[in-house]
Amino acid sequence: MDLTQGTQEEKNSRAKKMMLWFGIVSLIMSFAGWTSAFVVSSSRPDWLKDFQLPSAFIVSTVVIIISSATFILAKRALKSGNNKGTMLWLFATLILGFIFIFNQFSGFQQIIDLGYNFTGPTSNVTMSYIYLIALVHILHVVVGLICLLVVIYNHFKQKYNATNMLGFELAATFWHFIDILWVYLFLFLYFVR
Amino acid sequence: MSAHADNHAHDDHGHHHKETFVTKYIFSQDHKMIAKQYLITGTIMGVIGVLMSMMFRMQIAWPEEPNVLFEALLGKWAPDGVMDADIYLALVTIHGTIMVFFVLTAGLSGTFSNLLIPLQIGARDMASGFLNMVSYWLFFVSSVIMVISLFVEAGPAAAGWTIYPPLSALPMAQGGSGMGMTLWLVSMAIFIASSLLGSLNYIVTVINLRTKGMSMTRLPLTIWAFFVTAIIGVVSFPVLLSAALLLIMDRSFGTSFFLSDIFIQGEVLHYQGGSPVLFEHLFWFLGHPEVYIVILPAMGLVSEIMASNSRKPIFGYRAMIASILAIAFLSTIVWGHHMFISGMNPFLGSVFTFTTLLIAIPSAVKAFNWITTLWKGNLQLNPAMLFSIGFVSTFITGGLTGIILGDSALDINVHDTYFVVAHFHLVMGISALYGMFAGIYHWYPRMFGRMLNKNLGYIHFWVTAVCAYGVFFPMHFIGMAGLPRRYYTNSNFPLFDDLANVNVIITIFALVGGVVQIVYLYNFFGSIFYGKKSVQNPWKSTTLEWTAPVEHMHGNWPGEIPHVHRWAYDYSKPGHDVDFVPQNIPLKDGEEELQH
Repeated sequence: MDLTQGTQEEKNSRAKKMMLWFGIVSLIMSFAGWTSAFVVSSSRPDWLKDFQLPSAFIVSTVVIIISSATFILAKRALKSGNNKGTMLWLFATLILGFIFIFNQFSGFQQIIDLGYNFTGPTSNVTMSYIYLIALVHILHVVVGLICLLVVIYNHFKQKYNATNMLGFELAATFWHFIDILWVYLFLFLYFVR
Repeated sequence: MSAHADNHAHDDHGHHHKETFVTKYIFSQDHKMIAKQYLITGTIMGVIGVLMSMMFRMQIAWPEEPNVLFEALLGKWAPDGVMDADIYLALVTIHGTIMVFFVLTAGLSGTFSNLLIPLQIGARDMASGFLNMVSYWLFFVSSVIMVISLFVEAGPAAAGWTIYPPLSALPMAQGGSGMGMTLWLVSMAIFIASSLLGSLNYIVTVINLRTKGMSMTRLPLTIWAFFVTAIIGVVSFPVLLSAALLLIMDRSFGTSFFLSDIFIQGEVLHYQGGSPVLFEHLFWFLGHPEVYIVILPAMGLVSEIMASNSRKPIFGYRAMIASILAIAFLSTIVWGHHMFISGMNPFLGSVFTFTTLLIAIPSAVKAFNWITTLWKGNLQLNPAMLFSIGFVSTFITGGLTGIILGDSALDINVHDTYFVVAHFHLVMGISALYGMFAGIYHWYPRMFGRMLNKNLGYIHFWVTAVCAYGVFFPMHFIGMAGLPRRYYTNSNFPLFDDLANVNVIITIFALVGGVVQIVYLYNFFGSIFYGKKSVQNPWKSTTLEWTAPVEHMHGNWPGEIPHVHRWAYDYSKPGHDVDFVPQNIPLKDGEEELQH
């Protein structure tokens, strides 16, 4: 594909999509930083080898995968001109996002109930890592939710249609990214001891 | 048809967009203005950084002697004009931070990527002017916070620019570990955000906004260098952010990622089990690519200036691109050579030695290509060209000692001595600074529409060149003799008494070299208002930025963006009346594009 072709608008919208992709690369790198620090630290004598991830994390993994699916359905509805359906699926995604965050925090509570603290003199470094990684991921979900609110607002103002949906697509890409990121993190934390 | 649409879109833009003082000079979204903002902020930070180096050099040459300058500038940190040991460490730390990040990363990449990417690829502006503006203002805020940290009561950060824990992780470890370190971290976090936004913009602009005919193999080498630099930035800066977040957790929230059992003033702290080596790994995973973030843009600028001022095509265009890519790739797998003596497994050290020495290959390809470009050229020895040749000289000198330091067995003898200081200052500090000066002398007419004074430029170059070698050559010897870096004074060690005079000589060169920059500053700021008016293409270069009008305008070109028909280095091409053929000139009948 010759990227020098196209009108200014085509070039710009292409550039913005690509900017998100490169931004995702940089986010992946920071999570790669944390997960490799996790691997390196796992040789420490005070590392917990037999911890169990809280059950709430499993629920939240399912929730965030479903939320990606609802976002895909919202996009399909938008493409077929079904504005009401789009709004419905967008709200479903939003609610699932909130449920995900709630679940993550109840996961933290489960860990604390097991007797591990995240910081301070009674903390354990394994749990500190899990807490930090999950917390930073939650921050990204919050950003995703803000994007989602903007999309819902714009859709309410009827700004998107089947041919003009750049903002919608960007938000969707980011949402799928934080979904896949959590699945990766969950599998990582589950299998890497 | 599409060209018409192009024009139309641009005209539309012009009609609806009224420039006020604030939108034109302060919150500007125009890449040329943002480039100038970066340059001037970078220059101010550079002056601060150089002043600091002059102060601590005076302390090393005349240890613990009263100095009126210290008394005036350091205040309570220099009681009776004698420099305090704590502030010495702080000066070294902040000098490193400012020069590496604020001058040679943001000042260099920020200025020239912003100025040249849209102009040389034939675009109206960056992909996102808004994010570009945000990027500059984040940089500005981080600069201000870094400067504010100098005035904290307990002193600015003093853990070295590499901020190794525990000095950086325990707020009570030393004066600068408290508020000073906090501000350092805040400033750098904002800086990283700024750098990421800038880099994302550069990358997608180069990929998507090239004008018709500007294929990747017709791009000037400057653009290739900025492009790859931005990719390295996007990949490596986030890892520093990861490390910084872990560090902040240790500092403020009581985790033990990097901290182990530790006593402070007889008090046992609760930390256990952590290791600062982990921080070193994470830090240097950024830290090493960072030196290529610094040097690659300078390499790009130098390649362009050398071809233009030798009136010859750059030698080995594709080899130059390949070596940029090779350097970028290798830069991410060599970080361990900063940690040979950290207790790392010696076998791992030998792996890092191998990857490190591999970098010599692409670096040598570049050095030889520059020399071959000069060979039998019609050399125009203007200040930009002199700084470019100076760049090649210091890059080779500094690079040769890199071979010694990159070898784990040899490095052990000279680690943490002035030998290291000499090496990295020559190979990335002075070289990148030369590249930046070369770029400023060359593209000043493009930025301000006026010429810099040539004779002041010659004075600037020759005095700077002599002083730079005068400072850093002797450092190799005192480093070989074992003088450690970052020591506040060496007068307590009879072993080093013989080196005292060498240190005085180094300091005198440093002071002269620092003071002569006033000539440059006078030239730079004076010429903005009083310089000779520039013609459209003063250096008779082939690249697109010189086809745009001298007066800056929104959208860069009136009417249609020029189309590109040839590569960027058609200098002295046989069959043409002039010795340069700009990229937008169509091929003549029967003319073939050079197989480059």
